[in-house]
Amino acid sequence: MDEKIRRRERLDRGIKVRTEGIYAISSWRGIAYTSLPTAAFVLGLLIIPLAVTSMTWQKIIIIACVFAFLALSFDFLAHFVGIVCLGGAFFTGVGGYISGVLNSAFGAPLVITIPIATIGGAVICTLFLLPCLPMRGIYFAIVSLMYPLLFARVIQALDIFGGTDGLPGLATFPNTWVELYLILPMILILTFGLRRLVNEDFGIVLRAIKDNDQAVRASNINITWYKMKAVFLGSAIGCFAGAYLAHLYGWVGISLFALDFSIFPIAATVVGGVGTLVGPVIGAIILTMFSEMLREFGPLRVVFYSLILAGLVILNTGGLVPYLQRKYYQFEHWIEI
Amino acid sequence: MNKNVILQVKGVNKSFGGVKAIHHVSFDLLKGEILGIIGPNGSGKTTLVNLITGFVKADSGFVFAEGKKLSGLPPYKIAGLGIVRTFQIPRPYHSLSAMKNLVVPLYSSRIMRTIGGKLGDRDTVALDILEEIGFERDAHVPYKHASTFPEGYLKRLELARCLALRPHVIIMDELFSGLSVSEITAMIPIVEKLQMNGMTIIMVEHRVRELFQIAHRVMVMNFGEKIAEDVPDAIIKSEIVKQAYLGVT
Amino acid sequence: MNIFIFGLVNSVILALMASGFALVYGVSRLANFAHGALYILAGFATWLFLNRLGINYIGSIFLSIIIVSIIGGAIYRFLLIRVKGMPASEIIASLAIGIAIMELFRWRGFISEAYMLPPFVAGSVSIAGVVIDWQRLIIIGVGLAMMLSLWLFTHHTKVGLSLRAIAQDKHASMMSGIEPDRTAVIALAMGSALAGVAAVVILPLGNITVETGYMVLIDAIAVCIIGGLGSWAGVLAGAFLLGFSRILTAAFIGPHWQMVVVLLFIILTLILKPSGLLGRQKELEERV
Repeated sequence: MDEKIRRRERLDRGIKVRTEGIYAISSWRGIAYTSLPTAAFVLGLLIIPLAVTSMTWQKIIIIACVFAFLALSFDFLAHFVGIVCLGGAFFTGVGGYISGVLNSAFGAPLVITIPIATIGGAVICTLFLLPCLPMRGIYFAIVSLMYPLLFARVIQALDIFGGTDGLPGLATFPNTWVELYLILPMILILTFGLRRLVNEDFGIVLRAIKDNDQAVRASNINITWYKMKAVFLGSAIGCFAGAYLAHLYGWVGISLFALDFSIFPIAATVVGGVGTLVGPVIGAIILTMFSEMLREFGPLRVVFYSLILAGLVILNTGGLVPYLQRKYYQFEHWIEI
Repeated sequence: MNKNVILQVKGVNKSFGGVKAIHHVSFDLLKGEILGIIGPNGSGKTTLVNLITGFVKADSGFVFAEGKKLSGLPPYKIAGLGIVRTFQIPRPYHSLSAMKNLVVPLYSSRIMRTIGGKLGDRDTVALDILEEIGFERDAHVPYKHASTFPEGYLKRLELARCLALRPHVIIMDELFSGLSVSEITAMIPIVEKLQMNGMTIIMVEHRVRELFQIAHRVMVMNFGEKIAEDVPDAIIKSEIVKQAYLGVT
Repeated sequence: MNIFIFGLVNSVILALMASGFALVYGVSRLANFAHGALYILAGFATWLFLNRLGINYIGSIFLSIIIVSIIGGAIYRFLLIRVKGMPASEIIASLAIGIAIMELFRWRGFISEAYMLPPFVAGSVSIAGVVIDWQRLIIIGVGLAMMLSLWLFTHHTKVGLSLRAIAQDKHASMMSGIEPDRTAVIALAMGSALAGVAAVVILPLGNITVETGYMVLIDAIAVCIIGGLGSWAGVLAGAFLLGFSRILTAAFIGPHWQMVVVLLFIILTLILKPSGLLGRQKELEERV
């Protein structure tokens, strides 16, 4: 047989090998190489708003950040704990309404409503999701998907908390710079914080639960308790996003429970790179920008990113960040077998 | 109650649908012994292990450990009492390194309650346990991802996971299965050393010859029932056991 | 008496909606979140055939049910089959496809009240002093007929028996020569057909809207969770429990509270008997 079979081989780049571990500081080039990705990410997030002067684009960046929060929450729960949460909208809705009601009915200022909504919302969401934790993952997925849809209908039907019209006239942030520079550092803190968490011991146990929960049970660990803490963290992140949104627009309504807030983060995670924590953030930014550019198409946008999501999930692609990492750290060539 | 009995199984029954997996099984486990449990495939050995350790609830009957009732407790609580088990097919936490695999049980409430404060750096403790169990202590081995290890190492990792909890009783579910003779020969001294240091061990096995080298007593199961319980020499000669395995009358 | 009859109708409606979802889950362990989308797809297709292509009513119904089955089977065969076995991806993929379909309809403007299907038989009749329209009676009839034919199908035909076999024990069925993939395609086609039947029978009661699609999904899932995923009797039990509670709530407390009741029942089920009323899922006991 004269057919030559070729396969692709990947090798670490020379500079990557030379800068392994402590050797990263052995040369200026080495330092630059190892710190470039992180620096680009951090500086990019912090500086872009300054570079972009139009109001609309600044608003877009803010929205992207809100979705980035939700995407981080999804990625953390799905890929480090093994809990697939299809109910991002549940968190935004609960968080948004708590801060909205506190502000509207009690006049609490937003520096109080947002923290209370974050923690209180997380407590409520965790309680509602608690019964699903001992069961198979699919129950959690289904129930978390249903809760926002049901809650929205309940609010509508009972006409509480403003009913279909919502609660208008809430306190808003003093100016756009506060909006931006409140949320951007938080994204950075959250991303790097979560990265740290999953490598510290609490995170190690969570990852073990994802890999083999029977073995963790057999190791005298109450996995329901750990999962509960993880869900609390995930929902706190989402509730913060909801509370922030409420004060961004000065208005809460049942649209905070919209399916959009559940699907978009999943799409952002899949686009950016599952399990990377940085990927979802980047994915959120990219998708929001696309969404903006396709604004004329109206509801068709949702069709677009559902199809993209379905396509990416079905084709099981890795996502943008792993792709970039591969290119950055390794080079490929064809070799013959 | 005999002071030497560390575990008591009394009249447990379990059916799955219409199939009776465990039929009125009772036995006592004596402190410090190695009890082997053998039997043809499907005799209910693993189900028995699951029953004792709480992964499956018995339909009737009880399990006692030093006077405490185990029946009805969830698995993590039974492990907390010092009764641990290995899994027949070891599935380590594949996204973690071998060493981090062991850090997980070091966060159990059993450890936290007793020596948690004095544990110091858990990574070092994990490395110590790995060394005890036969992993080389050089720079790279414990840090490799658990999914990259061959079966012999994975079995040891399973055992290490149990040892990290400082148990009194270890139930080894087919520790020797999937290992070569030389690997088993290397494992036997580890098991013996554990027993000599005071551990009580139940070994569910198919590798009867190797098991009989170290077991003090052996229990034989067939079709969910206990059909014999004696010292290895007597079991070898028993007609009932022969019939169960070979079906000759 | 009023309550009894309308409760019965409601329950049958819920059972019809849920049976497609339950069938697919029971046979291939796939939670088909595109169920709602397939439901309104059948509705819109019937409307299109009837009003744009001028095909008679019965023909339109027939055609749209067939088309929906084909689409359902195709979704599995070409798309979902690639994520088979990864529950997270299955759910996300089927949900994304379902949303894409439903939002596509929304974009094309199918949200006004102009889209309605005519009832099979107009007018109403009085039974035991209760005035009820013919369509609702037809629903009961169709519902019972569906249940009966499903039962006969799964107990007496080769294909039906293979569906049950796979549902009970996948590996044993594979060893008997039943291909799980082919069976899954059939299951999805049948599930979609059931959704279609439900749609054409129920939609004449109101309008066809995109919101209905989401509601059907919620209702079907609610019935399955409460009754028990994986059990036919469970679907019936869940449907009747929910159906009657909703009517009773509407009658005695207020129609707006129906959703609260649904939410409450789901939470209660999860806390008290997570596998559902008649569910046979051994949640924790497998895998050791």
